[in-house]
Amino acid sequence: MQLAYVAKRCGVFLLIVWLAATLNFFLPRLSGQDPVREKLLQQAQLGGYVQAGIEAMTREYEQRFGLDKPLWSQYLAYLHDMSRLRFNYSISHYPRTVNEIMAEAIPWTVGLLGTTTVLSFTIGTLLGAFLAWPRAPRSLRLLMPPLWALHAIPFFLCGLILMYLLAFQLQWLPMFGGYTAGAFPALTLAFVGDVLQHAVLPALSIILVATGGWALTMRGMMVTTQGEDYVTFAEAKGLKSRTVFLRYCVRNAILPQTTALALALGQILSGAVLVEVIFAYPGIGTVLFHAIRENDHFLIQGIVFSVIVALGVATLLLDVLYPWLDPRITYRRA
Amino acid sequence: MTADVLRVRDLLVYYDTPAGAVTAVNHISCSLKAGERLGLAGESGSGKSTLALSILRLLKPPGRVAAGEVWLDDVNLMTLSEEDMRQVRLARIALIPQGSMNSLNPVMRIREQLADALQGHGVRLSKRDVAERVRDLLQWVGLRPAVADMFPHELSGGMKQRACIAIAISLRPQVIIADEPTSALDVVVQKQVMETLARLQTDLQAAVILVGHDMGLMAQFVDRLGVMYAGQLVEVSPVRDIFTQPLHPYTQMLIASLPSLEQKGTFRGIPGLPPPLRALPPGCVFHPRCPHAIERCRTAAPLFREVRPHAWAACHLL
Amino acid sequence: MHGALGQESALTQPIPGAGRPGRLVAGLRYMRRNVSLVVGILLLLALALFVGIGHIVVDTSKSRALSVPALRPPSLQYPFGTDRQGRDLLATMVAGTPLTLRIGFIAGFLGVGMGTILGFVSAYYRGKIDTLIRSIVDIGLTVPGLLVLIIIAVSLKKTLTVNQMALIVAALAWLNPTRTIRAQVLSLRERGYVEVARLSGMSGPEIIVKELMPNLLPYLAATLVNAVSSAILASIGLEVLGLGPVDAPTLGMTLYWVNYNAALINGWWWWWLAPLVIILIVFLGLFFLTVGLDEIANPRLRRAG
Repeated sequence: MQLAYVAKRCGVFLLIVWLAATLNFFLPRLSGQDPVREKLLQQAQLGGYVQAGIEAMTREYEQRFGLDKPLWSQYLAYLHDMSRLRFNYSISHYPRTVNEIMAEAIPWTVGLLGTTTVLSFTIGTLLGAFLAWPRAPRSLRLLMPPLWALHAIPFFLCGLILMYLLAFQLQWLPMFGGYTAGAFPALTLAFVGDVLQHAVLPALSIILVATGGWALTMRGMMVTTQGEDYVTFAEAKGLKSRTVFLRYCVRNAILPQTTALALALGQILSGAVLVEVIFAYPGIGTVLFHAIRENDHFLIQGIVFSVIVALGVATLLLDVLYPWLDPRITYRRA
Repeated sequence: MTADVLRVRDLLVYYDTPAGAVTAVNHISCSLKAGERLGLAGESGSGKSTLALSILRLLKPPGRVAAGEVWLDDVNLMTLSEEDMRQVRLARIALIPQGSMNSLNPVMRIREQLADALQGHGVRLSKRDVAERVRDLLQWVGLRPAVADMFPHELSGGMKQRACIAIAISLRPQVIIADEPTSALDVVVQKQVMETLARLQTDLQAAVILVGHDMGLMAQFVDRLGVMYAGQLVEVSPVRDIFTQPLHPYTQMLIASLPSLEQKGTFRGIPGLPPPLRALPPGCVFHPRCPHAIERCRTAAPLFREVRPHAWAACHLL
Repeated sequence: MHGALGQESALTQPIPGAGRPGRLVAGLRYMRRNVSLVVGILLLLALALFVGIGHIVVDTSKSRALSVPALRPPSLQYPFGTDRQGRDLLATMVAGTPLTLRIGFIAGFLGVGMGTILGFVSAYYRGKIDTLIRSIVDIGLTVPGLLVLIIIAVSLKKTLTVNQMALIVAALAWLNPTRTIRAQVLSLRERGYVEVARLSGMSGPEIIVKELMPNLLPYLAATLVNAVSSAILASIGLEVLGLGPVDAPTLGMTLYWVNYNAALINGWWWWWLAPLVIILIVFLGLFFLTVGLDEIANPRLRRAG
């Protein structure tokens, strides 16, 4: 039963990957034209020292995705590329490849997203559970309205406000970038400190907003759980209120909370992209921004595809871990 | 004469709603002798479950106990501290909920839910002893040992109910309150569960309050039956008398409405609806539906008094 | 009442709280409990007033580039200041806010409209169609919406109009509503009165319209507000990235220009403050409105103390 569940989830994952590739292939061709070809041709005509390389690229593109080729063969060739993660050269940063550019940017995004998601989820969930505790001090309830208000605004707006207050006015933290311009990336304490300093504002923008959201949803789950029959029976058993709270309420409320996390990943990422743009943080968000500016379709497609795949993997992992949390899932056909 | 193990005195319970306070339990008094089986029958909304929860002090806002006493032996449960009350629960008064619904924690195994009840009351045993206790309890209620490692969703309705019973008796309580323990089960399983309950009650010599609305079940199980209507007790008598010589008009109409296996007849219900609890009629609470109501019934509420030996009712006509 | 002491209690005293309070009092009392709803409505009302009065008082043609001197800080003549391209920012806000809201409303309505139909069909008829719709929705929700919208927007070579933006955003706006409405219909479907209706011979669509819909309305309203909010967020996101309707003075485009011209570093604080505050009011207003509507739809979340 376990295996069937995992197999099914993997199947869904492959489906998502295939869909992402198909999306990337067909959408640009929606209007009948092929924007990639046009961009290549345009670049080739511009001249300059990269001309020779772009021309070679254009030729190769024509060879595989030429107008004379039937659509399905183009499609298959495309799928073939995607499955090998061959994203081609970046049109705007030629002769660098898309893979190179992404490889540089990914660690920054993963670092930012990873830490902020873990922190905001953990702190938020704990806070939410605590807010639902009947013996929680009254003063804690005062936290709720500001948390609510914060949670409603988009990440990047919070980022703008923080940037103005802390970076511009008070000048406590740097405004842009991942590290001070001109600094040499090395594994020294100074550099790491520099990186951390630059990461604080972007991270804070996400954490302040997201924590409120998680706290509120956890509190909501807790309130629902506390009304369940098994909690009443647990109290009728004469268990200590702390035991009831932890092993009966929290333990059950955490399940839908985790599901919510899996579902929110896409949104968190979208928000993080905009945060990176605001702060010119050197993650894939900023790279994507510049790629859009330059109409660098290979880079855009590469990023979008990779992100979808990465999210698919993350969701897959969470899905596979879920039965470990909720014993009911292995039994049912999920 | 056996002593009263549980005495409820003038219990008054409100629910605070936006439209005002609703009286859910309206000055109820009754007693339970040691080892006795008392039934509490009534329609939905008559206050029986609220009464059960109030005795255990498990009522949550917007419900609140406004007045009254609940004496367990010589202790007034309403005056106990929260910690003392917690000790009383399960150890001296146990609740058997509707287990086939959602009364067991979905993410804990059965043995864990049995064990934590023991541990919560300071029973210190080695792991092996706890496992043995769990096995014994399961056996006592007729469940095989393998059930201990299962999760609630792997059990049938009847099995879940038995697991709840096992938990309820684990500390050998003096009083067991069974709140509609067989409502969601089919008839065959109902019989099995009630037989288990009866056997356990005899073994433990515990007093049982059986709350429900199935008169047939009551007839087979309880010694005395109390009838509730709109938050009040209208009659308490030995169960045979309730069926053969019901005193209160409501009880009479209730018994008359039960279909008989012997003869065919027309279905007779009780015309009208129970009154809304936030706007109870003055005088006797049943008078709008009572075919025998007199002028006095409209103005003065009748006393709940002993009309015959061991038979109590609240009616001006008696 | 108990006979042991022989007291008679006359239950003729009125029970506390009995009797129906007047409609107005009940309404006011509800407002005190559902503070969210009130706050949300007030915020959005304030915005509507701003836009409404603004259109009368302010010359919105000044929201176009090169209509006023550039980079003036707020003054009596230009209460919100002007930007680098010569736009009167007050006019920009007055003209741009309804545009952004329009995108949100169009996309939100389309999304909820489609979501309602799909959600109903899926939950009511179950079976294969349910599995299909549910799978599509689940997969669609794992994908980060903004990125898909980016691909779509980038693929359309021409510059977009406001209405076209709305349609693009609508492409994904139906996913969440379908999921939530399906869940709600599923839970309602289990309730007794649907069975009764079916047994008494009502046809499927009849049951949907007469029995399920009225109970779903507050929930639909909450979903709609939520969808509008998400749509506005998506559209602002696209605009900030430069994929929006370049000539329109929408809130997101203003932020794009703010970013493009590094207004923050240059100290032109009035340029980003106005759109920021207005966006804040929009999102806070919509959020509190959602919470307030949720409270009506699902009163179980009423404070548990």
